[in-house]
Amino acid sequence: MPTFEYAPAPESRAVLDLASSYGLFINGEFTPSTGGASFKTVSPATEEVLAEVSEASEADVEAAVAAARTAYTRVWSRMSGADRGKYLFRIARILQERAREFAVLESLDNGKPIRESRDVDIPLAAAHFFYHAGWADKLDWAGLGADPQPYGVVGQVIPWNFPLLMLSWKIAPALATGNTVVLKPAETTPLTALLFAEVCQQADLPPGVVNIITGAGATGQALVGHGDVDKVAFTGSTAVGKAIARTIAGTRKKATLELGGKAANIVFDDAPLDQAVEGIVNGIFFNQGHVCCAGSRLLVQESVAEEVQERLKARLSTLRVGDPLDKNTDVGAINSRAQLDKITELAAVGEAEGAQRWSPECELPSKGFWFAPTVFTGVSQTHRIAQEEIFGPVLSVLTFRTPGEAVAKANNTPYGLSAGIWTDKGSRILWMADQLKAGVVWANTFNKFDPTSPFGGYKESGYGREGGRHGLQGYVRTGA
Amino acid sequence: MADSRVDVRKTYKLYIGGKFPRSESGRSYEVYAAPRGSRTSASRTDPPFLANVAQGSRKDARDAVVAARKAQPGWAGATAYNRGQVLYRVAEVMEGRRDQFVAEVRAAEGLTPARAEAAVSAAIDRWVWYAGWSDKYTQVDGALNPVAGPYFNISASEPTGVVAVLAPQRSSLLGLVSAVAPVIVSGNTAVVLTSQERPIPAITLAEALATSDVPGGVVNIITGRTAEVAPWLASHRDVNAIDLTGAAGVEDLSWGQLEAAAAENVKRVLRPAGDGPAAVEPDFVPVPDLTRLRTFQETKTVWHPKGV
Repeated sequence: MPTFEYAPAPESRAVLDLASSYGLFINGEFTPSTGGASFKTVSPATEEVLAEVSEASEADVEAAVAAARTAYTRVWSRMSGADRGKYLFRIARILQERAREFAVLESLDNGKPIRESRDVDIPLAAAHFFYHAGWADKLDWAGLGADPQPYGVVGQVIPWNFPLLMLSWKIAPALATGNTVVLKPAETTPLTALLFAEVCQQADLPPGVVNIITGAGATGQALVGHGDVDKVAFTGSTAVGKAIARTIAGTRKKATLELGGKAANIVFDDAPLDQAVEGIVNGIFFNQGHVCCAGSRLLVQESVAEEVQERLKARLSTLRVGDPLDKNTDVGAINSRAQLDKITELAAVGEAEGAQRWSPECELPSKGFWFAPTVFTGVSQTHRIAQEEIFGPVLSVLTFRTPGEAVAKANNTPYGLSAGIWTDKGSRILWMADQLKAGVVWANTFNKFDPTSPFGGYKESGYGREGGRHGLQGYVRTGA
Repeated sequence: MADSRVDVRKTYKLYIGGKFPRSESGRSYEVYAAPRGSRTSASRTDPPFLANVAQGSRKDARDAVVAARKAQPGWAGATAYNRGQVLYRVAEVMEGRRDQFVAEVRAAEGLTPARAEAAVSAAIDRWVWYAGWSDKYTQVDGALNPVAGPYFNISASEPTGVVAVLAPQRSSLLGLVSAVAPVIVSGNTAVVLTSQERPIPAITLAEALATSDVPGGVVNIITGRTAEVAPWLASHRDVNAIDLTGAAGVEDLSWGQLEAAAAENVKRVLRPAGDGPAAVEPDFVPVPDLTRLRTFQETKTVWHPKGV
């Protein structure tokens, strides 16, 4: 069969107007950090320094929280829901109008393929603002309880895997319900959040309603621990989530935690195998596997295990790894050197513990942070690669014989964020969905998201939900 | 002569896995009636001794968690209609023991006969109220999500698993019922630490549960020192959630520390009422909202493609 080579199809960076340095966004203005500290954000694909970003000190956190409090008291809590909604509609529209700019910047700063930032991240971010805009004047009908009221100032800390999308998941519901926010983006991916700050200015959002402070762990801790923050919303690792839960223990701060996962993607022998293989690939190699709900454990019924593995390997051999800005790229760069080291280490542990490692032939760029799509077969329950979240393009394959065994294996982790089921049998899907301890179950599909659809985990994958009517619950107090 | 009859005294025990064991620790402690008319302290006399009650231990709590875990899938797997009838049956059995509950609540809380009657009525009615929720809360809290694509997408509530309950210290029956019923109505199972000073109505409730149709292990009741046993439940890795309501008014117990311990396995926590670090016991008399029920729920969302 002839193979057709793809010509490079890089997206232009001309649409971007990237500054060499950025301040913090506090009270509607970009301001330098009081401590004067800064750090660099790089393109993980090339290690090129993209910009210098301010590191918020405790005093900056103080200023941001104070700005959010003032905006809450004087402006945002007094505004009608309808008017709050109009601001959110404006933001949604600006995100759509500037979608290409955001997509290019997201791929540049994060390393994810432009195909994903253009077709998934940015459109979904806009959709979140559009969806929540409509709730702002309808909260009495949301079934949350009598007279839903905002908490006040919300401190939000988000990860680097979906920088703008996570921002929109956090900011849109908080603003719709009448809260004001201080948000800290991840230190490796601050740029789209800072571009979003410009969108807030462009939308004439009242100063202080949204504040964005860049920095690393210490900045996040200062924000979460701040005495005048009423609610904390965090997405990130389970370890940090537990630390946050301990920090706010004994206070009256509320929290929503979206933490790690180790999802089972379960394939039965009657599954449409080609679709299942696409689902497996999408489940673990979407966004380089930097997805908390990634289908990182493939549980395949023994009778079709060999066939599935063969088809999977054939399909993986067609994945194109490389330049995130190339529109043909399927798998981009690992977000940071630290993350690459973690993935490398856990993959080595997988080999050392006796699982068989396989990767398709692919040339990785010499510069930047790269990891070839990797599949481990012969994995057992006790292997670390079957228990720990790797957060990279690494799939562990296990087998099962009966639905009961599939359920037992799927549930055998401290996590409970997501799961996948592939079978033609409807009654089995419904039975499996009941049995699986997971907040999201994808049947004959995987990694689908929507603003109207609640997302969040069981067990150590965190508490609270984001999205849908359920997501609003975390941002209001009701009744007596 | 009837007056010369020697009464049969009762040994008060724990309720674990549908059985009534003594504490494995072999300990018990003395429980006294609440002083009557505490406002007129001049006339107060020493409160009368009520009973020796089993003093549960860490091991008892662990046994109770094992029993609760074992019972949980079956209880959650029962139909909502069935769970509703079982909860209603508890109310029926309590109604039959009404006089006993009134006497015990009166002794435990130092209430007038009329107020004790009212508290017991409210407690029975609260079972009935929650019984009625069993086949409704999933409708109220569920959703068919209109996602932008050809998918069937539903969200439904599910029980979170095993829930530890620090029962309110003051409201020995109404508060107890108000804390336990919303936990189990959805299919969770519970390990309940009773009011330390007022445990007797809880033991009688255990007898009501044992003779109703509540499967063994669905509710497990431990009497004893709250400050001694609560930390083990808060840090237990096989407990999914904890209700800290009963941390209000207990000496040597910080609810913040319990909440911090609960973070170890990301337990769902229902904090005690109050502001700041203060913990107060809520007023259980008004009909509650759904906060207690919802705290111990997970929302599961299922996606499936639509097509022909």
